[in-house]
Amino acid sequence: MKQTETDTAVLDQRLAAWDRKELLNGCQAVAQGVRLADVDVISAYPIRPYTEVMDALSKLIADGKLDAEYIIADSEHSQFEIVKHASSVGARAFAGSSGTGWMYGFEALVVTATDRLPPLFLVGNRALDDPGAFGVEHNDAMALRDMGWLLCWATTAQEALEHVLIGYRVAEDSRVRMPMALAMDGAFLTHSQHMVQVPTEEAVARFLPRYDLGPRRLHPDNPISIAPQVNEDWVMELRRQNWEAARRAKGVIVQAYQEFNEIFGERYATPFFSEFMTDDAETVLIGVGAVAMPARTAVRRLREQGRKVGYIGLRWFRPFPTEELRECLSRFRAVGVLDRNFAHGSPDCGGIVLHDVRSCLYPLASRPAVVNFIGGLGGRDISIADCTRMLEITGKAAERAGDEETVTWIGLRE
Amino acid sequence: MSTGLPVIKYDKIKGVKNTPHEEFYTSGHRTCQGCESAMVMRQFAKASGPRTIATGSTGCMYVANTSYQTTPWIIPWMHTQLGAGGASAVGMAAGLRALMRKGKLPEEKINVINFSGDLGGGDMGLSGVSGALQSDYDLLIIMYDNESAANTDIQATGLTTYGAQTTFTPPGQKHRIMARRWKKNVAGMLAVGHPTCRYVATASATYPALDFLNKVRKALAIGGPTFIHTFDPCPKGWDFHPRYSHELGELGIKSGIFPLFEVIDGKVIYSYDPRKKGRVPVREYLEKQGRFAHLVDEDVDYIQQMVDKMWEEWEVPGVAPFRGNLNSAQK
Repeated sequence: MKQTETDTAVLDQRLAAWDRKELLNGCQAVAQGVRLADVDVISAYPIRPYTEVMDALSKLIADGKLDAEYIIADSEHSQFEIVKHASSVGARAFAGSSGTGWMYGFEALVVTATDRLPPLFLVGNRALDDPGAFGVEHNDAMALRDMGWLLCWATTAQEALEHVLIGYRVAEDSRVRMPMALAMDGAFLTHSQHMVQVPTEEAVARFLPRYDLGPRRLHPDNPISIAPQVNEDWVMELRRQNWEAARRAKGVIVQAYQEFNEIFGERYATPFFSEFMTDDAETVLIGVGAVAMPARTAVRRLREQGRKVGYIGLRWFRPFPTEELRECLSRFRAVGVLDRNFAHGSPDCGGIVLHDVRSCLYPLASRPAVVNFIGGLGGRDISIADCTRMLEITGKAAERAGDEETVTWIGLRE
Repeated sequence: MSTGLPVIKYDKIKGVKNTPHEEFYTSGHRTCQGCESAMVMRQFAKASGPRTIATGSTGCMYVANTSYQTTPWIIPWMHTQLGAGGASAVGMAAGLRALMRKGKLPEEKINVINFSGDLGGGDMGLSGVSGALQSDYDLLIIMYDNESAANTDIQATGLTTYGAQTTFTPPGQKHRIMARRWKKNVAGMLAVGHPTCRYVATASATYPALDFLNKVRKALAIGGPTFIHTFDPCPKGWDFHPRYSHELGELGIKSGIFPLFEVIDGKVIYSYDPRKKGRVPVREYLEKQGRFAHLVDEDVDYIQQMVDKMWEEWEVPGVAPFRGNLNSAQK
């Protein structure tokens, strides 16, 4: 088809949205996102593996490439409170953490959401102590799931950079005003390098408006009282406002991806999750984070053998894409849910993602079979062979022999 | 100033009649009769004026003080978590500085003040207060000390006086004294530990008159991170009639159990120097409070002995408990 003049103009504009390609790891890519978002206040505290983003940001500031206050906090609790309060006076703010550090500051994370403030945090997923371990496990970020946060996983360094911009855009929207946690698998993504396209400041400025807290900004010209004691009188109504914001966030996310695609090119076919080879699939695996890489390879190889399998990468866990995922998963005969986390003592002793996926499928008259896999805990590798095995177990579940286990631990030393 | 709005003048207030009339902490709070901590709130707000942002850590001055739909604050105010006083001040000061530097907010001097109780500021939040005092932001942290967790039912904190009865330290048949810790010396510790912090002081809201108001002004004028520890008699927690709040504060200072001083650029200035003015016996302070009713003579003697040491043996009396080194070096 012949391109019209308008099409050419749009394409030119999209090409002009990209500045350069750079070899960056996940943390460094997030630092570039923070620079492009013109963040005002950054607070740092060291813990592996997220901490490299703070190393990268301090260097950007030292070199004059980013103008921001950079505060070395005395603990994660102070770190998170610093960005919460910076956000309350109208500053765009950034922090992050991993594993037990994230849990140390958890009180501050909870109130950031109930104060309806929108700073952005990087979670470099890491196993919780004890014993000490540096590897990835998703329980740190997953602990936020009921707290009124936006929670999303990046699977590549490119996605990580772009989701700093998308994250601020959604979080700061006056219809949302929720804090944003951008999670990345520790080591597998925080520290693996990719060629990353870095957008221009001009294009970012078109996508991401300035942070404006409006009538809720704390300033002597706007002498409000934020979070006075309500005792038994008003908590229900305030929780309801958080609930409404979380519901509105879904529409704002869809809009943000649409505009992102318009400015930067068609980068995201669907906002909440990505689908790989699912068109005529009967069996799919759904997972979170960097496990997408071996899972897609396993799917491709099984497809070469004529097996009807696919992979779904769940990007947004909060707000949970209930209707979208229900419609998507209703097309398949069996769904295997891969959890890189644990939920000890929960229904079937399954993982956290299992429960939400099963719950979202419940209203369907005809539901796919659902099985669960716990794997990759504490940074253990999930191999292509592991993914193949999971797809095979899931496929058998589709036959509903009745003797299938709901939960299988993958890669466990027995 | 770019906003054209009135700004605080940091002149020393001389004479009670010259106290500013305008209040920025008014009706609406639900504090007890005789609450000295409420006096601290009223006076710091009066001293700092309208171009101020304050945060209040969880504590009685949050729970009893700032209720939804009946806030007493004329200045902008925000709650912060129990141990987050220092961090809240740093966050706001950093946000304001970045926004002004980047042209996103008109440039002007805005006072940033946090108040934390003894539990929040002196125990849980001590690390965050220390972090704030290491920073280079203009901010003031006021630790209002009523020697207990006063909104949770009077539990002992690290700043409770030795021997005091609290719900965590009730006198019993086997143990007369459950509060066996000596009061933590927060202002002294912070002054000693933060050599670039230019102003640390202790104060009482009401004695000597205007002392606290002027200390707040001095702290705000000197710049950088600053700290004031106030001594707040609490009728409910200390078990005395509300009409004696001011008197008990005065007695605490005159007995020397609560030293009143400023550390300005490392120089110690006593606001009330009991070595020159003499000390009244600690017994006179203790016996007026129900929380010490179970003490026997030997307990009172022990407390007196500790207070004597503080003024007679400490290298920097009332401020730092180092002993002998400087004197022996001089000899």
